[in-house]
Amino acid sequence: MVAQNIFFGIISAIVVISAVRMVTTRNIVHAALYLVAVLAGLGALYVLLTAEFIATTQVLVYIGAVMVLFLFGIMLTKAPLGNVMEMTGKQWPIAIVVAALLGGVTIYSLLNRFGSDRLVTDGPIYRTADVSDEVFSTYIVPFEAVSVLLLAALIGAIVLARKD
Amino acid sequence: MLLNQFLILGAVLFSVGVYGVLARRNGVMVLMSIELMLNAVNINLVVFGVQHGVVSGQVFALFVIAVAAAEVGVGLAIVLLLYRNRTSIDVEDFDLMRG
Amino acid sequence: MWMLENAFLIPLIPAISFVVILFFGKRFIGADRVHVVGITALGLVWVLSAVAAFQWTQRVENPPPDAIVQVQHHGDDHGDDHGDDHGDDHGDDHAAASGHSGDGHGDGHGGGHSSPLIRPVISTFSDWWSNAGVTFAVGTFVDGQTVLLLMVVASISLLVHIYSTEYVKGDRRYVHYYAFLSLFTAAMLFFVMAQNIIQLIVGWELVGVCSFALIGHWWEEKPNTDAALKAFLTNRVGDVGLLVGMIVLWGTFKTFDIDVINTLISTNPGAHHFALLVAACCLMAAVASKSGQFPLHTWLPDAMAGPTPVSALIHAATMVVAGVYMIARLYPVFYEGFSIGTSSINLMAFIGGFTALIGAGLAFAQWDIKKVLAYSTVSQLGYMVMALGVGAWTAAIFHLFTHAFFKACLFLGAGSVSHAAHHTFDMRKMGGLRKDMPHTYRTFVISSLALAGIFPFAGFWSKDEILLGSLVGQENGYPLMLIFGCAVALMTAAYMTRVIWYTFHGEYRGHGHPHESPKVMTVPLWILAGMAVLAGAFNLPGPVLEPIGLEGLAHRIQTYAEPSVYLNGLGLSHPDPSLNMALVGLALALSGILITYLYYWRRLGLHGLTERNRYARRGYTILENKYYLDHLYNDVVVETVKRPLAKWANRFNQNVLDRTVNTAGETARDVGRWVYKWIDQGAIDGSVNAAARGADSSGEGLRSIQSGKVQNYGQLLFGAAAVLAIVFVIVV
Repeated sequence: MVAQNIFFGIISAIVVISAVRMVTTRNIVHAALYLVAVLAGLGALYVLLTAEFIATTQVLVYIGAVMVLFLFGIMLTKAPLGNVMEMTGKQWPIAIVVAALLGGVTIYSLLNRFGSDRLVTDGPIYRTADVSDEVFSTYIVPFEAVSVLLLAALIGAIVLARKD
Repeated sequence: MLLNQFLILGAVLFSVGVYGVLARRNGVMVLMSIELMLNAVNINLVVFGVQHGVVSGQVFALFVIAVAAAEVGVGLAIVLLLYRNRTSIDVEDFDLMRG
Repeated sequence: MWMLENAFLIPLIPAISFVVILFFGKRFIGADRVHVVGITALGLVWVLSAVAAFQWTQRVENPPPDAIVQVQHHGDDHGDDHGDDHGDDHGDDHAAASGHSGDGHGDGHGGGHSSPLIRPVISTFSDWWSNAGVTFAVGTFVDGQTVLLLMVVASISLLVHIYSTEYVKGDRRYVHYYAFLSLFTAAMLFFVMAQNIIQLIVGWELVGVCSFALIGHWWEEKPNTDAALKAFLTNRVGDVGLLVGMIVLWGTFKTFDIDVINTLISTNPGAHHFALLVAACCLMAAVASKSGQFPLHTWLPDAMAGPTPVSALIHAATMVVAGVYMIARLYPVFYEGFSIGTSSINLMAFIGGFTALIGAGLAFAQWDIKKVLAYSTVSQLGYMVMALGVGAWTAAIFHLFTHAFFKACLFLGAGSVSHAAHHTFDMRKMGGLRKDMPHTYRTFVISSLALAGIFPFAGFWSKDEILLGSLVGQENGYPLMLIFGCAVALMTAAYMTRVIWYTFHGEYRGHGHPHESPKVMTVPLWILAGMAVLAGAFNLPGPVLEPIGLEGLAHRIQTYAEPSVYLNGLGLSHPDPSLNMALVGLALALSGILITYLYYWRRLGLHGLTERNRYARRGYTILENKYYLDHLYNDVVVETVKRPLAKWANRFNQNVLDRTVNTAGETARDVGRWVYKWIDQGAIDGSVNAAARGADSSGEGLRSIQSGKVQNYGQLLFGAAAVLAIVFVIVV
């Protein structure tokens, strides 16, 4: 238990610091790299939560595919690669207030509701096979719908981005 | 471990994502911040799945990842198109709907 | 009982034939020989259907122990014990339901039922798919009603296949024609053995799309495509009702299984009455579109644009009987929903009777022989729906059975006539064909007599049962329906005599020399004519057979086809055969023939009435224009949607309003000047201007929010969400 808590502390610290740096850094490529750190940290947290398949998918899809897409996006839009003063808009104080309000009320209600509930650690552990069983039986229709959505997004992205 | 550890981490990440969406001027950065928010939701799904001993949490996290991938694809295509038409991805430049 | 459990083979064969013809027809078989595949498949289907029908009769005669329903006489003490939790576990429900169902009311009525209650053969192969605890099964549901329809569809379709080899010979889309003929048959066979309402919907739509393809077979001509589209779109209107009705059924019973739904209703009559009423009304809309009931029957005559054998198939066996079949299949829903047992008029009986009446009326004013037959079908389908509406289940199915044969024969006969007489369907260009086409003439007359209900042809027996059913009803008679039925019996005989006069008697009015059709067309005609004579024998009433010692053969269809399990649970009774009713029906039909005979052959009666008499002419015009229903749909319904009232308003404006307005306007102007000067400028303007200034300044203030920037909107959105969340945290 203690080891898990220690790991959680380390990982969450990395995640939160990277996230904050990501939205404050003036270098967009750095921001992307911070996002990688956040995503990797979350993947580690999923392992901690015995969700192995989600962890794998997180690494493969997010860090593997989505991040590459982001880097391409940064490249293709010729975003300034060095430090730029104007990365944050003029209205950042309002944004901070809104975000703080939102986070504050959420955390308050979480503490209020769950207080010091302990995480169930002796529950069933779902391996990849169990997840796939569930996806391909109970959730087969949403699964098919998602596949259609991905296809639509693929076609949509091509139509939007091609030059003609 | 406390349940709240994970939930509060999720809440913090979500708020940071909200800040990013509202404050950053670069369109790609806005998209990245949205990814952050989606991931914060995913933590909640997985944690509650563990807490209730059901696999649906993981399944929905998977769906969220898939939808996020689709969203990034289309979002970046839109940003690219904007850049091509306006030679800028600064979201503050796009105010055609000003009243 | 192998065939009953593996009935899925029957629709599978024509489906395979469809694939083979469509994909390999031209390349490997040869475009002019694809009919071999179709006819072989249909022959197989016919044999398998016959085996299935035979095995079903065996099942009824010597029921295996698990097929007999234990009859339990239960009073009215069954409460609402079938709550909301059925559906998940079909097996349990079957067992429980079969234990409970019985004939609590059956004994109190005359006639009664003599056979034990036989359960249908239900094979569920697998769960098709399941989602969130709802399982969609796929399987077959075979009972007497199913095998009867299997025989009808297989027979008619086989004969149509054979007939078509000559009729559409050399057509440029011969391959497609046969492919869709196969698919059409497969769809209908699939539909009649649907195990759950999802399969019913699938089969229903498949039948619809096939009819669309076949009606528009010669799509190079605009009217044909229009007709196909009209058929399709009219059916879509009804399909909305179908979907809503099925959803209501699912919502009420939490199951798709037809058997479970029927059993639940019939074992627990009185429960869910309102839901069943809603479902029955919605499904009635679907039936109205598919089976050509008023007011959605208008597509049926237009569907004559398709090749004639297709019309025969649509009108006799496949498309239009689907609606009637669905009522019969889900009969407990309608029986309870419309309170058929206790009322003396209800929506279904009225729509059926009314359709029968207007269809028969329209048949008089048509010059196209196929359209006469089409309206005749509308009318006869109305008869069937009416029979179902008055609780005469067996009579309706019996009439469906006999009608299939003589109507197919009539259509194929009309096709044969047009084949001979230079591809025209206009009766004004026919006449005197009886000498040139003896086979067509004889079969046509036989079928017409059957349709008119002349003893001893098939139509006589089934029509008599329907009239008797409306006379006696269940608990009350249906007097209005009896009047409708009698009027239609008279009219049917009359308009069929008119058709025969114009087509086969008098002088030939066309050009060229008509000739008899080849054997491949006349042999199917004779087979169908034979059935038009004999089909009545399948459900003869007992008293007819007693003198010759064959009373054991009485009421075969009632014995074998009636799904006793459900219907006797509802207390369905059968009236005793009545000689008087039969004589009345026969007399009506004969007088119909006699009047027309005198009118045309002997030139008696009021000839030229429509020229002389204003009212008669007006009535004829209304009939010619089909009660203006098409005008109503096209000009009123569609046009108001398309150009909302603009045209009408404009015309009204210029002709009526303008003149009034001009005079009024000039007076008003003088008054207006005065008002303007004193009231408007002084009092009203001041306040209006003040209000405008207020709006202007507040708009200026709010304008800054509408920055057009996404992030500002985002700030408002998230900020508002946060504030709302805080409010909820504080309040709750």
